Amino acid sequence: MSKTQGHPRAGKTPENSRTIAVVRASLPRRYRSERRFRLLGLAAVVLSLGFLALMFASLLANGVSAFRQTEIRLPVHFDPEVLHAEALAQADYGQLIRASLGRLFPDVEGRRERRELAALVSSAAVYDLRDLVMRDPGVIGQTREVWLKAGADIDMAVKGHFRRDLPEAERRVSDRQFAWLERLAAEGRLEKRFNRTFFTAGDSREPEQAGIWGAVSGSFFTLAVTLMLSFPIGVAAAVYLEEFARKGRITDLIEVNINNLAAVPSIVFGLLGLAVFLNFLHLPRSAPLVGGLVLTLMTLPTIIIAGRSALKSVPPSIREAALGVGASRMQTVLHHVLPLALPGMLTGTIIGMARALGESAPLLMIGMVAFIVEIPKGFTDPATVLPVQIYLWADSPERAFVERTSAAILVLLAFLVVMNAGAIWLRKRFERRW
Amino acid sequence: MPPFVLLAVLLAFSAAAYHLGRRRAFALAGAGGRAQRLHSRPNYHGALVALWCALPAILLFALWLAFESQVITRIVVEGLPEPQRSLPGDRLSLIVNDIRNVAGGRFEETAADPAVREAAATYRRLLGLSRQALAVVTLSLAAAMALLVRRRLRPTLRARNHVEGILTAMLVACSTIAVFTTVGIVLSVVYEAVLFFRIIPVGEFLFGLSWSPQMAIRADQVGASGAFGAVPVFLGTALISAIAMVVAVPIGLMSAIYLSEYAGKSFRAVAKPLIEILAGIPTVVYGFFAALTVAPFVRDAGGLLGLDVASESALAAGVVMGIMIIPFVCSLSDDFINAVPQSLRDGAYSLGATRSETVRRVVVPAALPGIMGGILLAVSRAIGETMIVVMAAGLAANLTVNPLKAVTTVTVQIVTLLIGDQEFDSPKTLAAFALGLVLFVVTLCLNVIALYIVRRYREQYE
Repeated sequence: MSKTQGHPRAGKTPENSRTIAVVRASLPRRYRSERRFRLLGLAAVVLSLGFLALMFASLLANGVSAFRQTEIRLPVHFDPEVLHAEALAQADYGQLIRASLGRLFPDVEGRRERRELAALVSSAAVYDLRDLVMRDPGVIGQTREVWLKAGADIDMAVKGHFRRDLPEAERRVSDRQFAWLERLAAEGRLEKRFNRTFFTAGDSREPEQAGIWGAVSGSFFTLAVTLMLSFPIGVAAAVYLEEFARKGRITDLIEVNINNLAAVPSIVFGLLGLAVFLNFLHLPRSAPLVGGLVLTLMTLPTIIIAGRSALKSVPPSIREAALGVGASRMQTVLHHVLPLALPGMLTGTIIGMARALGESAPLLMIGMVAFIVEIPKGFTDPATVLPVQIYLWADSPERAFVERTSAAILVLLAFLVVMNAGAIWLRKRFERRW
Repeated sequence: MPPFVLLAVLLAFSAAAYHLGRRRAFALAGAGGRAQRLHSRPNYHGALVALWCALPAILLFALWLAFESQVITRIVVEGLPEPQRSLPGDRLSLIVNDIRNVAGGRFEETAADPAVREAAATYRRLLGLSRQALAVVTLSLAAAMALLVRRRLRPTLRARNHVEGILTAMLVACSTIAVFTTVGIVLSVVYEAVLFFRIIPVGEFLFGLSWSPQMAIRADQVGASGAFGAVPVFLGTALISAIAMVVAVPIGLMSAIYLSEYAGKSFRAVAKPLIEILAGIPTVVYGFFAALTVAPFVRDAGGLLGLDVASESALAAGVVMGIMIIPFVCSLSDDFINAVPQSLRDGAYSLGATRSETVRRVVVPAALPGIMGGILLAVSRAIGETMIVVMAAGLAANLTVNPLKAVTTVTVQIVTLLIGDQEFDSPKTLAAFALGLVLFVVTLCLNVIALYIVRRYREQYE
């Protein structure tokens, strides 16, 4: 009995049975290709998620250790001979540290060894000592145990970022220094402690002295300007285009413009800022004010588009009811439509702000890329922002800055997560289905 | 009075004006709260007074601040001693910068030369004077306008209509900002680019094969003439964008197909937001990832295979840029695939097609115009992407299509030409604007075509 006769529905003609045979013969191949296609799709999804995981893993692996900084506990004798009461700010605090190290390691002789010993402690530790003395001049003449930051290379060595099996000449930390560190660790004088400087200081050339607070403040001022301008303007533009504008050439022109601006590369906005705000209007360089203006122009299209879709989702019956009891068009919009659309508009605004927070290319153009140690206090102080700080640190060759760059990225991502979570919460909380 | 304080005072004035107008309206209505005698409710009278109080003053405030620095600079330059005043434009602008820096306290005063110091003192004095004048003028304007409008309040005044008219005008003004932004971009970029093309002919810029814009500042230095043939830069941009698209399009499209045609509800609910996280990560993070992780990996992998890979290879930058674009391609394609009517799929299934055959022969061809539009948008984004290439691609303009070599891109060149000490009106600075013009025009064309295709496609199935 041939196979085709097993299927009564397949018909009896020879042509039909041949077709069926062809189809059946091709089925295994087609099913294989179906499985292949499906696997390919799954592979694509897994690959994209894999990239995400890889990126986060690499950031976490590199960055988490930056939140802790190696510190060394030294018995510092606040020698009155060095600290003259009238010139505390100018005293030679380095000498105190060197003397204290010398007492801990009395057998160290020779210029080179001494210099290596002194390099255990960060060159920025003198400022911490100075601040301590200025705050409490009573310590002069006493000996106190003080935790001081270790140098950046020592910090890296303690965290295990430098391989010890390399020849000594190729390492930044010598065998002697490793031996000293082991002794310090054995005596309980070496510890990794929470890195407060990272969260409270401005930029610095010394990795152990560099922090993100300056950049975070700069980002705050910049975003404040952006929010104050882009939210009212964006809402107003959305309301006009959605509720008042009559269809026509001018409305079309505005719409096409907004859609195009949303896709213009961000660096072009930087060129605009440079040419108009700096060279034509002579606003100050590197200022959050100018950064905020540029980011406003950049985020406006996002906010307008989100605002319009929020207004669209308010049902026309609301408008008709208000107009029906004699409200004017403006009253209808301001009293009824806008309050109902506001949560959606806020969601769009937060998402726009999150994008502005991560933006750096246009800010490079207007000089927010300078090396700025001081923490900005206002809208016209020279400042930088968090993403640009990341860019600057990423360019630094020191190993310790790799760690701090990753940590700064983690902080930036944390801000973004909070903002996006806020937007999602807002949408879930106030979203209304009509 | 610092400008921000002045602005706050103005707003306080305006709030006071609101109450003034409202009280006046109640007084006009007569005793016993007979507000129905008024054409508009008292609140609108108040709002009218407040708007007239604040708006003209704020407008004046903005214009004053915008042009203050230019006017003062001109006065200070007029006051400079003769030898400096007659200097050529670029030297003069350097001196003006010095004066501004000294006046703003950003320079050691003692370091500057006496004429500059004196001019800086004048500058600071004039600035102080201008700020005082600004405070006096704006506040008196605000007060005068408030009182004037208050006196004109009548029971028959159509205050609501006036207020609504003003509000509508403000809404229109806000919505035209997008147009002015575009005009601003075009004017500023074109203006500087035209200055550039006066020095370097357009043909040489667009078709020249050698790019080395590091022009010496003094004419007598060695190698004083830069080369401004942008073809290597364009080619580098095209190469990196092409690599990015080779990564992003297959992965993004296949992910979209899998998520919309195969994946179960729960898998989709988890995977889709996760992929979209990739879109929310700032580009500087991708740049760091490319420079720190991917570039060394590509170089080492190439080394194992016996290939000579540059440490800033186009491949590393392109791959990471592709990863950045995956979610963009994925979510756009997903939209278009979902927009294909179910009836088309059902038709294909009823003819005995398998799922993959339905997708390949029916769904994707039906969604193709939209997908192409999405891909064009993605290309435009790749061309304009800056931070990844600034951090991971090279600076040297090599005329090559070898993805293992270092190439440079338009955006990288714009950034490097404009960061740091720039001399005004030198071809080096202006070249950045010429590149910016090319970038703007190319991305604009891509966007217009893409948006046109996408819009046409959306209408097709609606």
